[in-house]
Amino acid sequence: MSQKVLLNEKEVNIILHRLACQLIEKHNDFSNTILIGLQPRGKHLADRLLQLLQSDYNIFDTQVGYLDITFYRDDFRRSNKVLEASETQMDFIVEGKNVVFIDDVLYTGRSIRAALTAIQSYGRPKSIELLILIDRRFSRHLPIQPDYRGRQVDAIDEEKVIVNWKETQGEDTVYLIKQ
Amino acid sequence: MSTLSVEHLLGIKHLTKEDIHLIFETADHFKQVINRPIKKVPSLRDITIANLFFENSTRTKLSFEIAQKRLSADVINFSAGQSSLKKGETLIDTVNNILSMKVDMVVMRHPKPGAAEFLMQHVDAKIINAGDGAHEHPTQALLDTYSIREKLGHVEGKKVVIVGDILHSRVALSNIFALQLLGAKVKVCGPKSLIPKYIHELGVEVETNLKKALQWCDVANMLRVQNERMEVSYFPSTREYTQQYGVTKALLDELDKSIIIMHPGPINRGVEITSDVADSNQAIILDQVENGVAIRMAVTYLLASKIKS
Repeated sequence: MSQKVLLNEKEVNIILHRLACQLIEKHNDFSNTILIGLQPRGKHLADRLLQLLQSDYNIFDTQVGYLDITFYRDDFRRSNKVLEASETQMDFIVEGKNVVFIDDVLYTGRSIRAALTAIQSYGRPKSIELLILIDRRFSRHLPIQPDYRGRQVDAIDEEKVIVNWKETQGEDTVYLIKQ
Repeated sequence: MSTLSVEHLLGIKHLTKEDIHLIFETADHFKQVINRPIKKVPSLRDITIANLFFENSTRTKLSFEIAQKRLSADVINFSAGQSSLKKGETLIDTVNNILSMKVDMVVMRHPKPGAAEFLMQHVDAKIINAGDGAHEHPTQALLDTYSIREKLGHVEGKKVVIVGDILHSRVALSNIFALQLLGAKVKVCGPKSLIPKYIHELGVEVETNLKKALQWCDVANMLRVQNERMEVSYFPSTREYTQQYGVTKALLDELDKSIIIMHPGPINRGVEITSDVADSNQAIILDQVENGVAIRMAVTYLLASKIKS
């Protein structure tokens, strides 16, 4: 097993600022926007972006939710891995809102497909966009593409992209791991 | 994450403490789901479940059915009253006929103890025991302990008294297993004629004085007097039973603390529990019913994940 650093802390930081600016460009004051981190890994990115919006761009009214998609996945009973649910925190209805899904890695697109189904339980959003830190090109199973992209990488199926966050792993670094 | 240590849910006796915690954690997620505007998830959309009730039931049957539908499973229902059983068909034949219709899971209630285990040995489907005679009723015990956990934070170290007809009660037996597994202290209380002889072997103390039992406990689980299972009289009259073992508001007010009152239903109002107690804030009877759906969703989901596709 070997691993390579795809993004170091400085690069992650620059990308987070760029993504925050791109969100502001599109959503202005976020009065009708809801950021939704997809559990479990998208939560950290959503939290980090929210923190940036508040500390560096004085945007304080952003609503953030965390959506768990476990029970909406299409691979129940199809893999040996047991699906583990995380907490959903959605204290609002998304009816008529502009929703931005936030996740760390976009790979096959199936998680996003599940999230599109799961969000229906909370109303009909006006629009849904997708923000991704790492976009694994050429590996999609479904016609799903990000609206905001941190970095695009080419990785083959045997490789794994791991995003570490300061809050949980003590460093902001993205690794490409070869099995 | 771990998975259940069992392939079927026949009784609490076969479960580990970790299994119960896993079921509780999964039920937490499903409780959130059933309180959303849209109460359904698509997880089990390719699973078919047969509910076979060879004995009457309202709550359990509805609870299982709604749990299955909330998980998007296909459901077929069968009640003994309207079936070919009366024409002389055996249990295995009945079930195998139903399984030929490509059923993945069977939820069964049956008047004979051990019926679920017997079925498990003879048919190829996941089995959930929804009550077998006076033996076990695992999902009831799970929802009861889950409700205690929800109300008191945890089950460990809590004192629970089970009051009433222990002899004929599968709810009592499953509850005793579950409570002890989770570290609670259990006493039973009722007329001696309705307390089984072997109860001490389970590590359960007997208290025949209701007031003392209530004063001791944090939670009282009031069982129904099961007239339909009694071939002979176990106490002189219902009125006398009520006077000695019925919980009233006055009795609860005499205690120096507030205890939680549970009841698996159906309630005989005015027999084991008076109406003002059943409708009071101390009673969590309707919370138990709500939690029953979440628990049955969790059990169904966790067992379904073991079905080979």
